[in-house]
Amino acid sequence: MSQATLEAKTVELPRKAASAKDFKGRVEPDWCPGCGDFGVLNALQRAVFELGLQPHQLMVVSGIGCSSNLPGYINANGMHTLHGRSLPFATGAKLANHELTVIATGGDGDGYGIGCGHFMHSARRNIDITYIVMDNQIYGLTTGQISPTSRLDMKTKSTPMGNLESPLNPLTSAIMAGATYVARGFSGDPKHLTELMKGAVKHKGFALIDVFSPCVTFNNDNDYPFFKARVKRLEDVGHDPSDWKSACERAMEWGDTLYTGLFFKTERPSLDGSEPVLQKGPGLARRPLGLTAEQAKSLKARMM
Amino acid sequence: MSRPLDLTIAIGGAAGQGIATPGNVLARIFARRGLHLYSYNAHQSIIRGGHILLMLRVGQTEVLSHGDRIDMLLCLNQDTMDRHLGLLGDGARALYNSDDIQPGEPAAGVHLCAMPVKQLTGDSKNKVIQNTLSLGVMMGLIRVDFDVLGKVLEQSLGKKGPEVVQENLSVARAGYDHAVSNFEPFPEPLPSGGKPLAVWAGNDAIAIGGAAAGVKFYAAYPMSPASGVLHWMAQNGRGLGIMVRQVEDEIGVANMTIGAAHTGVRAMCATSGGGFALMTEAVGAAAMMEVPCVFINVMRAGPSTGVPTKTEQGDLRQALGASQGDFERFIVAPLNALDAFNTMPELFNLVDRAQCPGILLSDLLISEGTFSVDPDRLNMHLEIDRGALIQDPSPNGDYHRYADTESGISPRVLPGHEGFVYTAATDEHDESGVLISDEFTNPFKRRQMVEKRARKFETVAQDVPAPKLEGAKKAEVTLVGFGSTYGVIKEAIARLAEHDVTANHLAIKWIVPFHVDAITAALAKAKKIVVVENNYTGQFAEYLRSQTGIAAHSHIRKYDGEPLTPRHIVHGVLDILSQETTVYVPTQEISV
Repeated sequence: MSQATLEAKTVELPRKAASAKDFKGRVEPDWCPGCGDFGVLNALQRAVFELGLQPHQLMVVSGIGCSSNLPGYINANGMHTLHGRSLPFATGAKLANHELTVIATGGDGDGYGIGCGHFMHSARRNIDITYIVMDNQIYGLTTGQISPTSRLDMKTKSTPMGNLESPLNPLTSAIMAGATYVARGFSGDPKHLTELMKGAVKHKGFALIDVFSPCVTFNNDNDYPFFKARVKRLEDVGHDPSDWKSACERAMEWGDTLYTGLFFKTERPSLDGSEPVLQKGPGLARRPLGLTAEQAKSLKARMM
Repeated sequence: MSRPLDLTIAIGGAAGQGIATPGNVLARIFARRGLHLYSYNAHQSIIRGGHILLMLRVGQTEVLSHGDRIDMLLCLNQDTMDRHLGLLGDGARALYNSDDIQPGEPAAGVHLCAMPVKQLTGDSKNKVIQNTLSLGVMMGLIRVDFDVLGKVLEQSLGKKGPEVVQENLSVARAGYDHAVSNFEPFPEPLPSGGKPLAVWAGNDAIAIGGAAAGVKFYAAYPMSPASGVLHWMAQNGRGLGIMVRQVEDEIGVANMTIGAAHTGVRAMCATSGGGFALMTEAVGAAAMMEVPCVFINVMRAGPSTGVPTKTEQGDLRQALGASQGDFERFIVAPLNALDAFNTMPELFNLVDRAQCPGILLSDLLISEGTFSVDPDRLNMHLEIDRGALIQDPSPNGDYHRYADTESGISPRVLPGHEGFVYTAATDEHDESGVLISDEFTNPFKRRQMVEKRARKFETVAQDVPAPKLEGAKKAEVTLVGFGSTYGVIKEAIARLAEHDVTANHLAIKWIVPFHVDAITAALAKAKKIVVVENNYTGQFAEYLRSQTGIAAHSHIRKYDGEPLTPRHIVHGVLDILSQETTVYVPTQEISV
């Protein structure tokens, strides 16, 4: 086969998927029974269904970890990539075909530990990606070590005498780095989570949803009862997501009340929205390859 | 009949003294005249100070190396005079600012050309005006019409306004007149060559080759000596519809490149060894996910931060071993800038067909060198072959992205087509993309996929052209090198003939696939195999032996950061022939 160009395909009007089940993947998740990630997967399948997306319009990208197995469990284009690298892969995908809806998923170790640099810079770029972090405050796949969001003094296999390092705050980090949609959900409140996800996908820019997604096997500190007793929706206390200061204050709270909901939202040009190369024509992947005769001539002339 | 032109001009000074500008003006003058050009800039990792020596060698036919002789040296500071005057031979000219620089004791026949800069430039406040003055003096010495220089100055300085142009023109004129009245010019005026030639740096060649290959996504983190590719892309990409991104680190660069390539564009990234070290996990990811993409490593002297502005061929093992695991990748080391340009579309076709990563090994010598090139030899429309890419698929309901075919090549559908969704995973997976790494590992499927990936590579690799022995069939010495040593070995072989030594040449460009049969046959009758390479441990010689069982008789190895010159190789071969030297290490004549 030697096709020189990718022909631009007539874009059909999206037919709505028949049900959220259309997004069910080829295999059943291998997560532990009771894992918080089930709730996240269900909420995501429901959110993209309710948004009227079809599987082939969606690209779900993950790194490595329990939660990063998610792309295998959702019927969509997927990339299950390297540990900590979901966001660069997702960014490359979005820039190569900005017509795709790109969602990155993963865990707290993947996103806030090994991949933290990419997290900061993706927020700064405001690339139009929804980033869902299943935050269980532990490394599960490696059988229970502290993560960047583990609490001080927490005892794990790698900190048998207690954690000496303070946790990172994903929400304030995202806000400071320039994310334009910053939310927190709880996998035990799937309806609420679905709405946050729909808002994030619709939002044009970098959207973070940090999700309390309890690890029922390796984290006995932050289990369902812990969150159920503390989680409170921001909507119920009256919060204005355009209020940056209030967003930061609410995000800093970590005690008897843990807020969920949309903390912060603002409008700022996204990278794909402001990149001149993408302003006209289809996604880059659908454009003809190589140089035109005129471009070749001009390049040569500049070398003379 | 006069001898063919072989003129080398060197400009020495400190960083910040504006050496690049007169270098570019000279390059333009020569190339427009149809003269061939090879330039090498010995410099340091410093923005101000240090010592730089730009060598510009000109000829009427292709120039193969920067050579090892200086005919005209412009000393912009005392340091240059002190370092290099001793290397000048009979007939050479040394130009210097006689207000500031004390000339040393030259060898017999060397012309000292004093330039009283203050007197000739008047009250100019322009700190680099002596460069313009020197250009005028040079034109006088090589007997080129002043108008030739005048036109280039007008063109290159035009955007700075008429006053700047006028000042430079009058100063250049003063230099020209000063040379004509005070110095003995070169015996032969600078000849004209054929049609005008183009000028490019090796990094330009790589970038333009990428653009011609249809690259639509380029990402990089700045790193010498690869940044030139980023600069070319940043300058030209937008107009050509190429997405150019500077990313937070090389890990991000590599993974973003693969993400873009997976989604359907031709994508590449360039760096040097340190950055490539950060990219290596991603190289394996591209192999496992079967994503075609190109990684460019412009080698510099290592290990670690090493010597950022010096050249070496020290990353061969790094390329061969890039990323954990056992997998196939193309590795190619272009022989020169034009070859690098032509290699880009070739490599993209190969990686697209085999759906795997490709690594291009350049080095500082090729990438940062400036060369002339015949514009008619630049085919900007080389064939683009995307391999088994299903362009407009109709849903079949059961797409197996990693189908185990006879050739091993699984037809690829780009993300975005209804009925063709799948997950590309860095975990081992089955034909449909489902993981076989966690819950249900499967030795049979694992073996199937390992063999499938190996087979597709073999299928495609067969089409890569094998190297050919160049030069005499029977020779006392067979010189073997890879990549950028091609030109300098070729020139050294011509010079060895003057010493009554017959040598031939096996230049290796493709590291993987390595043409074991062709190389074994080519070397079967070699009397004495000498491997020439720019590193200490003999990485290429070791690789040659590991693949073919052929052990070189002797080695010429240079690892001081400076490239080989023809003299180094000639002396090495003569030494090896007379002394039975096993490893000859040339001495760099001067510290640059």
